[in-house]
Amino acid sequence: MAQMILFAPLVGAILAGFGWRIIGERSAQVLATALVFLAAILSWVIFIGFDGQTQHITVLRFIDSGALAADWGIRVDRMTAIMLVVVNSVSALVHLYSFGYMAHDENWGAGEAYRARFFAYLSFFTFSMLALVTSDNLIQMFFGWEGVGVASYLLIGFYFKKETANAASIKAFVVNRVGDFGFALGIFALFYLTGSVKFDDIFAAAPQLAETQLHFLWAEWNAANLIGVLLFIGAMGKSAQLFLHTWLPDAMEGPTPVSALIHAATMVTAGVFLVSRMSPLYEVAPYARDMIVVVGATTAFFAATVGLVQNDIKRVIAYSTCSQLGYMFVAAGVGMYPVAMFHLFTHAFFKAMLFLGAGSVIHAMHHEQDMRLYGGLRKKIPFTFWMMMIGTLAITGVGIPLTHFGFAGFLSKDAVIESAFVGSSYAFTLLVIAALMTSFYSWRLMFMTFFGAPRGDAHTHDHAHESPVVMLVPLGALSLGAIFAGMIWFNNFFGDEAKMRDWFAMEPAAAHHSDSAHSEGEAKVEGAAKVEGEAQVEGEAQAAEQADAHESGAAPAGTAKFAFNSEVLHAAHEVPKWVKVSPFVAMVLGLSLAWLFYIKNPSLPAALARQQAPLYRFLLNKWYFDELYDVIFVRPAMWLGRQLWTKGDGAVIDGALNGVAMGLVPRLTRLAGRAQSGYVFTYAFAMVLGIAALITWMTLFGGR
Amino acid sequence: MNNLLSLITFTPAVAALILALFLRGNDAGAQRNAKVLALLATSISFAASLLLLVGFDPANTAMQFVEEAPWIMGLTYKMGVDGISLPFVLLTTFLMPLTILSTWAVTDRVKDYMIAFLLLETMILGVFCALDLVLFYLFFEAGLIPMFLIIGIWGGANRIYAAFKFFLYTFLGSVLMLVAMVGMFVMASTTDIPTLMAFDFPAEPMTVLGITLAGGVQTLLFLAFLASFAVKMPMWPVHTWLPDAHVQAPTAGSVLLAAVLLKMGGYGFLRFSLPMFPAGAAEMTTIILWMSAIAIVYTSLVALVQTDMKKLIAYSSVAHMGYVTMGIFAANQQGVDGAMFQMISHGFISGALFLCVGVIYDRMHTREIDAYGGLVSRMPAYALVFMFFTMANVGLPGTSGFVGEFLTLMGIFQVNTWVAVVATSGVILSAAYALWLYRRVTFGALVKESLKSITDMSRRERAIFAPLIIMTLLLGVYPAAVTDLIGPSVAALVTDYAASVPQLAEAATH
Repeated sequence: MAQMILFAPLVGAILAGFGWRIIGERSAQVLATALVFLAAILSWVIFIGFDGQTQHITVLRFIDSGALAADWGIRVDRMTAIMLVVVNSVSALVHLYSFGYMAHDENWGAGEAYRARFFAYLSFFTFSMLALVTSDNLIQMFFGWEGVGVASYLLIGFYFKKETANAASIKAFVVNRVGDFGFALGIFALFYLTGSVKFDDIFAAAPQLAETQLHFLWAEWNAANLIGVLLFIGAMGKSAQLFLHTWLPDAMEGPTPVSALIHAATMVTAGVFLVSRMSPLYEVAPYARDMIVVVGATTAFFAATVGLVQNDIKRVIAYSTCSQLGYMFVAAGVGMYPVAMFHLFTHAFFKAMLFLGAGSVIHAMHHEQDMRLYGGLRKKIPFTFWMMMIGTLAITGVGIPLTHFGFAGFLSKDAVIESAFVGSSYAFTLLVIAALMTSFYSWRLMFMTFFGAPRGDAHTHDHAHESPVVMLVPLGALSLGAIFAGMIWFNNFFGDEAKMRDWFAMEPAAAHHSDSAHSEGEAKVEGAAKVEGEAQVEGEAQAAEQADAHESGAAPAGTAKFAFNSEVLHAAHEVPKWVKVSPFVAMVLGLSLAWLFYIKNPSLPAALARQQAPLYRFLLNKWYFDELYDVIFVRPAMWLGRQLWTKGDGAVIDGALNGVAMGLVPRLTRLAGRAQSGYVFTYAFAMVLGIAALITWMTLFGGR
Repeated sequence: MNNLLSLITFTPAVAALILALFLRGNDAGAQRNAKVLALLATSISFAASLLLLVGFDPANTAMQFVEEAPWIMGLTYKMGVDGISLPFVLLTTFLMPLTILSTWAVTDRVKDYMIAFLLLETMILGVFCALDLVLFYLFFEAGLIPMFLIIGIWGGANRIYAAFKFFLYTFLGSVLMLVAMVGMFVMASTTDIPTLMAFDFPAEPMTVLGITLAGGVQTLLFLAFLASFAVKMPMWPVHTWLPDAHVQAPTAGSVLLAAVLLKMGGYGFLRFSLPMFPAGAAEMTTIILWMSAIAIVYTSLVALVQTDMKKLIAYSSVAHMGYVTMGIFAANQQGVDGAMFQMISHGFISGALFLCVGVIYDRMHTREIDAYGGLVSRMPAYALVFMFFTMANVGLPGTSGFVGEFLTLMGIFQVNTWVAVVATSGVILSAAYALWLYRRVTFGALVKESLKSITDMSRRERAIFAPLIIMTLLLGVYPAAVTDLIGPSVAALVTDYAASVPQLAEAATH
């Protein structure tokens, strides 16, 4: 079954990509979509029926070099099951949606076939993503990692006649490669120290890594922390975290279904998945986790500020995605990997929905993406409006405070914020502020698009129409997730420790935790992995650990497959009421401000922008990251390249180093230049003679 | 069959002889006959080399298919292959028929052209099979001549300059090697390569001109061989002949140059430098590793600003060869496996990339990147193929380009993390230059008047690319096919090297 899930999209991609000339574009689309739907259905079967037993399926040998051995394989555990559902469900719905969205496209002339190619790319992406999440080792994961990068590159640059699309696609690939640079170094370091790239071996070795020093570049580092940081650099690239985020907004050049699938729901969450997958390692890498918290929280804040002022509907959502990914990283960074996965899970539904909804708006508005030209669309496209409304309620975190009743984002985001409160006050503060801004820009989007008077081209507004059913059905399906996914799985991801342990197939919490949370901290380690307690409890934790080690010595030494910090979990359950309510308050504030700015007094935004012109420009220009990178990376690289070429290769190497030898060349060239090329034979003959002479000399000399 | 290697090696030469002696005239029919015969001979050679693959025992790390016979002037003719040379033999015989096919449209002095290629194949195969020092040297040097002619006669406008630059660089490097070979014969009294590999050349420190040389004679010999192999690779900073040679060479010449000729250097390091002069190699390792790392970054940066497609790919080749030397001198299983793999893989990928340039050069007669743009609109099949090899070139997992790069980096990380970090940054730069090239040539709107009637690839062109695509994918998905073949031989090499170095390394590091 797992094999079918993995390979169905690949088959679809190949058939659609190469077979459409034979079977026709339409059948190619249908086939690709059907195969992904099959994968999606099977994924749900696995997800619901998963019994906690990790399955390993080997498909083919892959790399085998000395101690290094990695197979093409499928690993099915809870983490995989979650991702299978996310990836295949969203992918299937996006395939379906694309029937409508891609039916007509002004970017292509008559007779230019593009639909089958689009579906082939989508399916290929799905396959790569599945290869990533089902991987049993880091190298196959790297394959999927780069594979989704290529699919993303192809889809961002889908409109290859547009220069902006081409530039964006290259930017996405190259910036991701910067991340991959770190990821690859992390893999090398892991192999160097553990002699393996397989997850199980690495998890088993994690406690030793925490004790190991690795000489890397100029200094000795703690191996676990160093590797944690290196892998996280990879995650930063893929998940568009601060400093490596610049590609994501530009990626909106791709068709909107792509943005929903790749740049919101699945690929960009791969970084979060990587960190969560490596949880046994990160649990013993406190400094790496600190870095994740800081980067995640800062990204959440930064992206939200930029999202406040963007006018392109897709860019608003893109920055929102960037920001929400920051939330996930904070959760992972404080040791609450299940919460990170929870937010990943719910976010996939509501963010995919927001994007597809935006796509429906764009479709209605004849590919106009500037929100300043929208307005009053709620009556024209009511279904889309209500769907977007659900998405907005979900992302802004609407629910009943102090209960577990609310939209998906309410439960998962609050879980993140409560965990952050325990782990880091810096992250908590920024996340709450970001929640306010999230609410503001989300409602701003809603108000500018659906409320008020129609702006922009009257003709376009007159002809605004609801999208076809194939586009609305996926919205409806995703809305179920956006509403219910949080409430249904709350306890499995965050609410109930026993349930979480069972669900993630971890060993039950140790029975001896009579007095304190510290021994809870122990319980999570499952034999091999070792807790990295908070500084103030370390002493006690160690004492408890000895007791624990004593106790679990008899038990089969199970390897930690997944870990989380149950100390943080308990503390997060017990946070003060004001903490639990704070995201809700932030949400209401954001909503009120948006209402004030865009409904009550629509002249306010312009006035504020004028009054705070430098700040406005700073935000509008995305903190000038692109300009900065252009100055410190792109231009110097090109300059250096030219210098090395003309000065290095030309003047120095060809000039000085080989001056003597090369001095001959022009002379010989002049001789030969006058002659016809036939004369070259003469020189060749002379050379043969020369060689013969040398050989002769050698044999005579040697014969003595 | 106990002279299989000779059959494989000399079939092309025999065909060349037949052409030289019996083919008359220069009409279309004669040209066709020359091409057909060349294709036939190279195909026979390829088919025969498959027998090698069948009969080869990877677990046996000694030389196999050995042929030995007395030869002129008391010399010995000795051929044989092991896990290190066999892949190169197969690579050569595999690529040769494709190269011949790619010349099908050439009409200028076709007979001579075919003769040059056939002789070149014999020489290259000889290099990889020779087990006698003199024989090796003969093949090694004589191989220069056909290549020199291919560039000098069938090349571009500035071909004479490029041909001489190519020749002088490689030839001057080899002179030092020749001197070293003479010295080796004096010390070991044999030219038999397997014997020399087991021979311990003196490694006591010696003083030359007041400078104490750790590793002694071995270091001197190593340096002499380095002079030759470094140029062949080519390593930074003696790489500048390659871009010129590539730019001027005809497509088929570029293909062979990049795909096979460059591999002689890497093969030389593995056959001579490491096994015969371990002490010298150990002395020089750090410098060579840094030269490799510099090569990767330096040439990638230079590739970024090229305006000529072939030059860009040539610089990219130098960068990829940087991974090879780095892997070899990491001197561990992953490093050397990776270096071998990278050489094989680069044979397919760079060969294919030069063919890609050839396809549009044949149509537009320019290599200027700016002359193109938007080709995908009229040449979808070409765009697909070019995209595939561009991705393979940047080392996308799933293609063979990934495996070599990844393994060499994994190998070097265990030895020197500075070099590893610098070299790994090459993966960023390679993506930048390769994708940018692709974008400028293939994407964008097709607006240039001259390109409006360009045609997509012909059936022959597709047929040439198909095997290359298959191999690139096959080795990318199932690299074990190669590592199984080379693994034991590499393991033996690495073990022997490690065994002979520690005590020397102690002296070296005081």
